[in-house]
Amino acid sequence: MSLDSKFMAFAMPVGVGVILLSLWEFLVWFYQVPKFLVPAPSLVATTLVQDWWLLFSSLWVTLKVTFFAFFLSVVIGTLVAFLFVQSRVVEMSFFPYAVLLQVTPIVAIAPLIIIWAKDTNTALVICATLVGLFPIISNTVLGLRSVNPGLLNLFKMNKATRFQQLVRLRIPSAAPYFFGGLRISSGLSLIGAVVAEFVAGTGGSGAGLAYQILQAGFQLNIPRLFAALFLITITGVLLFLLMVALSRLALGGWHESELVPEA
Amino acid sequence: MAAPHPAPLPVKHGERENTVIEVSGAEKVFANGTRALEPIDLGIRQGEFITLLGPSGCGKSTLLKMIANLLEPSSGDIRWWGKGFDHVGEDGKKLVFVFQDATLMPWASVRGNVRLPLDLAGAERKLADARVDQALALVGLSKFDLSYPRQLSGGMQMRASIARALVTEPNVLLMDEPFGALDEITRNKLDQDLLDLWYEKKLTVVFVTHSIYEAVFLSTRVVVMAARPGRIMREVKIDAPYPRNEAFRVSQEFAMYARDLQLLLAEASAAGAVED
Repeated sequence: MSLDSKFMAFAMPVGVGVILLSLWEFLVWFYQVPKFLVPAPSLVATTLVQDWWLLFSSLWVTLKVTFFAFFLSVVIGTLVAFLFVQSRVVEMSFFPYAVLLQVTPIVAIAPLIIIWAKDTNTALVICATLVGLFPIISNTVLGLRSVNPGLLNLFKMNKATRFQQLVRLRIPSAAPYFFGGLRISSGLSLIGAVVAEFVAGTGGSGAGLAYQILQAGFQLNIPRLFAALFLITITGVLLFLLMVALSRLALGGWHESELVPEA
Repeated sequence: MAAPHPAPLPVKHGERENTVIEVSGAEKVFANGTRALEPIDLGIRQGEFITLLGPSGCGKSTLLKMIANLLEPSSGDIRWWGKGFDHVGEDGKKLVFVFQDATLMPWASVRGNVRLPLDLAGAERKLADARVDQALALVGLSKFDLSYPRQLSGGMQMRASIARALVTEPNVLLMDEPFGALDEITRNKLDQDLLDLWYEKKLTVVFVTHSIYEAVFLSTRVVVMAARPGRIMREVKIDAPYPRNEAFRVSQEFAMYARDLQLLLAEASAAGAVED
């Protein structure tokens, strides 16, 4: 990719953003829309600065839950995936339950988890983990099974042990799928954390961004609601970019998905 | 059907009557009842370059895989150095299989790929590095040791695959249409290099192909096979001296052998068609 097109890849979406925000600003001003309905982007920005400490401390709470849940999803998901590929019987017996976990709306079981868990934070982490877990399991299982049969034959002919097969063949083969799973799961962990906070509706000092959104809604403090929404979105994007960078770092040398087409 | 030729001997590699692999009455019937191979008798001697030549479906790959112990014969027997396959690897007696595709690990460099058999065997690092250097030099890939497979052409990937086979210093090379996917010019070059390698290293090679020209150019003996059911039709000894080069490829002798094989293959196909 040339420098020019790299610049364009950055400039074009930013340009679109600026145009849309300007249009929004203009329409709000032109039609005199009250700020408790739709606040102008400038007002949202001002609110973001004014309420920074309140919002930032909430963001920090949500981030802690997100990261902890994401970490747990990766660890548990990978372990479960390894268990599944050890034997077809294990996978056949348990995979449907993993799917069951995935298709049950987290909003529906969050109240239960909040009742069962000792404290709210634990409950939030459990909820977010449940949401983030499945993509890791399914992608890693798929990856561990996607081994080139020729290479597998080669390993067998060289009398490779099961462990050697795992480390030198299955894990590298699974890596691209695993990183694909990371991208999905990082976003889902954040969504899981926010949704669980909504259900929990915790107050006091340990309140996350969802709590701020709820409160701002009750108080018709719509600019703050938008500011909190903006923070969640930006966090999601940053998480995604972080995963993209990680995946490039790990796969950049060899995998097709990370190749830069030669001009 | 003519009786098999008496055991021919390569010109230079004269460890006489030294049978490496003995296939006796080995046949293959697949689980769905398909008869891939009728009982086969084939002796492979030290230093031979044997080509299995035949139309698709004649079971040449199946036979090679049985020789590699990747498939088990439904009945009959195969001996390696007079013993069962469990003993292969004892006293440095090794055979190695080269696949139709290069079958390289995309995440490893050429060096990493070639090293793999030594790594799996737990070879000492310094020794392994030296062996890898040697193998890469033999196939002409020394300058590309740090490249990744995707950066190499098809021919170079195949060279890397052969280097990986050579790194274990095998006695027998089993090759399943290794150059089938390459263009003719690249294929001719690789044929030449393989032949030189076989000559220098005193290897034994069993080579599967459906190219008559490749078979004539390379082999000390061509085993012509027919399809439905897979069977050996005839063995043809290619009695031309080594080292062979481009001059052999355009010689009268070469053309005669190619013609003979062409006729035999036509006969093999016709025989198959009758049973359809």
